[in-house]
Amino acid sequence: MSLIHQTAAELGRLVASREASAVEVAQAHLDRIAAVDGEINAFLHVEAESVLAQARAVDERLARGERLGPLAGVPVAHKDVFTTSDMPTTAGSKILEGWRPPYDATVTRRLREAGLVILGKTNLDEFAMGSSTENSAYGVTRNPWDRSRIPGGSSGGSSAAVSAYEAPLSTGTDTGGSIRQPAAVTGIVGMKPTYGGSSRYGLIAFASSLDTPGPFARNVLDAALLQEAFSGHDPLDSTSIDAAVPPLVEAARQADVAGLRVGVVKEFGGEGYQAGVLARFHEAVELLESLGAKVVEISCPSFAYALPAYYLIAPSECSSNLARFDAMRYGLRVGDDGTRSAEEVMALTRAAGFGPEVKRRIMLGTYALSSGYYDAYYGQAQKVRTLIMRDFEAAFHQVDVLVSPTTPTTAFPIGERADDPMAMYLADLCTIPSNLAGNAAISVPCGLADEDGLPVGLQIMAPVLGDDRCYRVGAAVEKAYESRWGGPLLAKAPAL
Amino acid sequence: MSAITRDEVAHLARLSRLALADDELDHFAAQLDQIVGAVARVSEVAAGDIPPSSHALPLTNVFRPDEVRPGLTPEGALSGAPAVEEDRFRVPRILGEEA
Repeated sequence: MSLIHQTAAELGRLVASREASAVEVAQAHLDRIAAVDGEINAFLHVEAESVLAQARAVDERLARGERLGPLAGVPVAHKDVFTTSDMPTTAGSKILEGWRPPYDATVTRRLREAGLVILGKTNLDEFAMGSSTENSAYGVTRNPWDRSRIPGGSSGGSSAAVSAYEAPLSTGTDTGGSIRQPAAVTGIVGMKPTYGGSSRYGLIAFASSLDTPGPFARNVLDAALLQEAFSGHDPLDSTSIDAAVPPLVEAARQADVAGLRVGVVKEFGGEGYQAGVLARFHEAVELLESLGAKVVEISCPSFAYALPAYYLIAPSECSSNLARFDAMRYGLRVGDDGTRSAEEVMALTRAAGFGPEVKRRIMLGTYALSSGYYDAYYGQAQKVRTLIMRDFEAAFHQVDVLVSPTTPTTAFPIGERADDPMAMYLADLCTIPSNLAGNAAISVPCGLADEDGLPVGLQIMAPVLGDDRCYRVGAAVEKAYESRWGGPLLAKAPAL
Repeated sequence: MSAITRDEVAHLARLSRLALADDELDHFAAQLDQIVGAVARVSEVAAGDIPPSSHALPLTNVFRPDEVRPGLTPEGALSGAPAVEEDRFRVPRILGEEA
């Protein structure tokens, strides 16, 4: 099997045992990127020389007898919303074009310390706002299953890179579903860790109470390995949880659900859901039962209001966070001709530097926070957030995990929802509750929809700090499907 | 709930420091009106006595020892600045001519 088709765990083993060098592994992925990324546009930045230098450094450390982690020498594609001191960081926005941050994000630093080789920075919806990666200022990314369709978003470059075998692993951030939804529509695994379980230091902020870094991989174990590599308490992030990371890799290896109580969320399904998605989801529930899980239906009545609450809370936080793009300290400056005031330059720069979706959300958030509207919109949304947290709490008294489809539909055609914000927002219907409540949730492939032959994702939600349950159940489902399908779902994707 | 008018969008754009063109105001007015109409559904929830949550997890202030630690150098801090003068950020005028 060629190096690009190996799992991350296997690549790590090959490098550690010196059966393959980190340089060979990196070169194989650089070759793949050169061959297919013109079609996919997963990457915004790849610098081959720096990739090979990182790989050489890993080989040298191993040659000196240093013991590195299980992913040393394994390539990773890094979402271009994490700061990197040696690569540009744009957040998919013109306002940061060409910016080189003066420091590394904690996630970036931990990837380096674990010996992972950062292949480059991946495309995203501008400032991680979107569900299709069409909102990037640097062009659309295409879904490797069907290049006329979206790869999901906002972490669409990261999902496309992994599903196109350009990288075995990638990073993402999930604010309303931006890891799980792209993973679902490209047939791979994507995990939103517990909020506070992975550091936001150096992550360009969108909605600070929701933003969560997490992993993408082609299988559950690889995702667990990556999450373990960059997780854990960070004193530089004041919302980072000061507690041990649950044993994720062990859980992924355990891969059994016998006796586990699984709740099917009653509110997710019906109108607005694609028939092929629901058919695969119902099969997944039957599979869990056949594997020994006890399945019950659970009602979470406030979930019906999660989407509107989210589209008040996230834009409110965004309108405040994005105030820092003021044309003064870094990034774009437009119209500074010596006659205009700072405020005029600021307004011209922000109008030129932000795309339409970012402008919409800044204005929506400004509206929701305005005096006279605050209580009815932002305040009420925060109360709904409390009710959603209570629904989860009640549910997890009865069951160990909750399941739902990850997305209501498979990957939609590029352009279909580009100028219809409300239609776009519906892509996150099932993923948003876990962002509002901060709990862990994973998406694993559960087959192809009959209508279009495109991947469907199963979402598994666990309590706060119950990340290991997502991996345990996800791995069990994956094992059963792979024996049924004779391999991973991604093997059914058309060759690039 | 009142609909969002073009004038309101112009006001929001001013508050948001976004110098929008006329055609953008029209476009955003229609879209924001639709979005606000949809998110206003939160008002259907009877939540009068429910406490609001700003975060999912309980938050407390986090302190660190008051010790000098390495930070950004002046060169690092200024490395992305649009304009620099004498180790400082050079900015357009902040005060009016008469000030």
